[in-house]
Amino acid sequence: MTEREGKKAGIKELSPIDIYKLLPKTNCKECGQENCMAFATKIVNREVSIDQCPPLRKKEHEKAYKQLKEMLKPAVKEVVVGVGEKAVKLGGKLVMYRHEFTYFNPTAIAIDVTDEMSTDEIANRIKRAEQFSYEYIGYTLKLDMIAVRSTSGDAEKFKAAVKKVAETTQLPLILCSLNANVLESGLMAAPKARPLLYAATLDNWKDMAELALMYNCPLVVSAPNDLDTLVSLAKTLLAYGVQDLVLDPGTFLNDGLADTLNNFTMLRRAACKGGEELAGFPLMGVPMVAWMDKGDTAEEIVKWREAYSAAILIVRYADVVVMHGTDGWALLPNTVLRQNIYTDPRKPVAVEPGLKVFGTPDENSPVFFTTNFALTYYTVASDIESSKMNAYLVVVETEGSAVDSGVAGRKLTADKVADAIKASGVESKVKHRKLIIPGKASRISGEIEELSGWKVLVGPRDSSEIPKYIIDKWQP
Amino acid sequence: MADKKKKEEDAGLPFSPDLLELLAKFQEIELEDFMLEAGDLELWMESGALPAQLLPKTKAAALKAKPLALMATKFLPPIETYSGKIAEVKLGGTKGEGGTRGKSIIIGGETAPAFYTFEKPVLHPPVVTLDVFDMEVPLSKAVKMHVKDVVGDPAAWAKLAVEKFGADMVTVHLISIDPLLKDATPKAAVKTVEEITQAVDVPLVIGGCGDPVKDADVFAEITETFAGERFLISSITRDMDVERCAKFVKKNGHVALSFTPMDLNLARELNRRLYDFLGKEDIIMDLTTAALGYGLDYAFTNMERARLAGLMGDVELAHPMSSGTTNAWAAREAWLKMAPEWEPRELRGPLWEVTTALTLLLAGVDLFMMMHPAAVKTLKDVTAKLVSGKKADTSKFANWVSLKP
Ligand code: SF4
Repeated sequence: MTEREGKKAGIKELSPIDIYKLLPKTNCKECGQENCMAFATKIVNREVSIDQCPPLRKKEHEKAYKQLKEMLKPAVKEVVVGVGEKAVKLGGKLVMYRHEFTYFNPTAIAIDVTDEMSTDEIANRIKRAEQFSYEYIGYTLKLDMIAVRSTSGDAEKFKAAVKKVAETTQLPLILCSLNANVLESGLMAAPKARPLLYAATLDNWKDMAELALMYNCPLVVSAPNDLDTLVSLAKTLLAYGVQDLVLDPGTFLNDGLADTLNNFTMLRRAACKGGEELAGFPLMGVPMVAWMDKGDTAEEIVKWREAYSAAILIVRYADVVVMHGTDGWALLPNTVLRQNIYTDPRKPVAVEPGLKVFGTPDENSPVFFTTNFALTYYTVASDIESSKMNAYLVVVETEGSAVDSGVAGRKLTADKVADAIKASGVESKVKHRKLIIPGKASRISGEIEELSGWKVLVGPRDSSEIPKYIIDKWQP
Repeated sequence: MADKKKKEEDAGLPFSPDLLELLAKFQEIELEDFMLEAGDLELWMESGALPAQLLPKTKAAALKAKPLALMATKFLPPIETYSGKIAEVKLGGTKGEGGTRGKSIIIGGETAPAFYTFEKPVLHPPVVTLDVFDMEVPLSKAVKMHVKDVVGDPAAWAKLAVEKFGADMVTVHLISIDPLLKDATPKAAVKTVEEITQAVDVPLVIGGCGDPVKDADVFAEITETFAGERFLISSITRDMDVERCAKFVKKNGHVALSFTPMDLNLARELNRRLYDFLGKEDIIMDLTTAALGYGLDYAFTNMERARLAGLMGDVELAHPMSSGTTNAWAAREAWLKMAPEWEPRELRGPLWEVTTALTLLLAGVDLFMMMHPAAVKTLKDVTAKLVSGKKADTSKFANWVSLKP
């Protein structure tokens, strides 16, 4: 392939100096940073965007601005679907492996509806998608998109369905039909919504390209298990003027699963490591193909298969997935997985040990301890906070181990707990000497009592039960 | 039983009828645990208008002449070469080798990242070892309902794991030796292991209680008594007498599981200490598994990095990886009774475990220590599909658009 010359500097090769050289260097602070160098550092860490430097947008800096844009261009293009507050960004990936930097723009999860569903069913499914919400260590996990499929193949029906969907939800849409006439009919019901169009194929690419241009929509390119055709279509569509593409190499969950994994992996590697521009677009996975050969398989089993397939795709580079099942038990692991995979890997594993205060505790308030593993700490802290109780929490340095692994690995010992209590100064804050310990640390309760001189109360094994425990059991 | 299972696998059935039964059983279990409140609705974090410059400028581009025909080009598969190779480690000593196992299992040997089958076929598919405990431990209901008849009888539990749940191996967790629990003697532990070796003939993992001194004493007795069985000794940690442990593992022909807490430098360091006594083919490493939602991101990235480093020639990390995937159950979402929209937990729990397992499968884990039969079955199915590399009928894919479920 000849497009290789466009190879960009890898993320690691960019230094703040490279950026600084192109900034106005006036240290005017309009960007909110102390000076241009500080701003350059934040740029390299992708904490700010160059658009936040107003002087750079002036005519005299146009060349530098363009150069910076090019330097900072992600290996995988960022494609925006939808408009307004709920618009989603797909792709925008800088790296292939998570440890190299951070993955941006978490995999969008779309729930499907069809043009042959009753209006009630459409409304219900949209409601379920919109109301999906789970609080997880300070984040709210949500679903992102609605895919409207034409199962009827009838232009009028599709238009009516899209109209209904667009009236019901602000979530960005994926409009799905391989027939350009049907698709256009749907588009006319949501002409300004900037839905993602599914899909340009070998047979229909020209018509689809016209639609994408006319309605200013991003377009999916589909070539099942055929990467030559996929990049050929991408190349053709780019030349046609369609800039915002999403690639669908096909999703196969039984025979063909290995090919599916290979295709996603090869496309992402070609984009991130090979600088291959034709592979540098967001990738689409379709776990809902699990429903295709359903036969008389129990519905639970199909949902299970769809759910674990989505997990595989989320780990292996899908930027958007389409799902049919709406059950919480199947979607929750995937939304949590997505959150995990897309957190900044530079985030520390441990929090500062010491005394944490909740509410306005007095001398009779309960005293807990937990470990300094970030997730353990945040989980316990959010459980205490949500119950609005007044309490002290002693965070014990366990080198970032959780309670059970800390006890097992001798990172959480009675010595450490006793020392932490002394060091925390909590003994001068409460007049009682009762320490509530995590249920999972019950093995060392005797030793803690001995070494700290505090009476130990073994609390619940899971911190979600702390509020209940306090109501039932706590007496200073 | 085994024959039946074999046939189902050959027929490519994604779930055996047994498993269907297992999953169906959840309806029988009464639900009584603590109830978690569903989260309040909050504004979506990523809200905010998009900057205008992100919107495409298609008009200008469209002025160029539009192509009339497909501009055919080729996708060049991005093949890389790797200077390193992951060590191959054999588990289970057969009769001819001084042990009594029915067969050995080899893991490792990779020369490309996990399931990059466009570069290299899978040499040794990952395997699953199922957890068996030597005394009663707190188990989630979703797991307990499948093993309740065998809890407290490790030999029967091991048999169930192999014959019914399809485990490649069995892990004997010698919890009762914990000085803070039953403080069972090394002799008693030997007896438990003896019963299990008689009940099943798969390779075994011997798990300690986490006490560095007691574990070493028990492992010393077991490695000696069962010389030639090529057990995986789980685990050797930095705070143990590493020299002593490495010596009895080597002398009696077993394999060491080198365990470190999510830090590749510590993993390298421990492996270096083991190299004084053990060969590369005698060490598997456990870099610590955290549950989905509770640190899986760290575990995943740590393992992925270790595997890539091993392939790039870092021999100290070029060992097969083991994962204590059972840790997935430490996540409250795996076992807690939650608001109705997240139920049933009898499905959510095993899905939590399998999601954890699949994530780590893609990071390069070779040996999974697991718990729930449905999670095990799924992991084995997925692995088999990836290894077989069978081709799909691509002509049908687009039908998903018009699918009427
Ligand atoms: S706004 Fe631009 S020119 Fe001003 S300090 Fe920030 S980076 Fe420098």
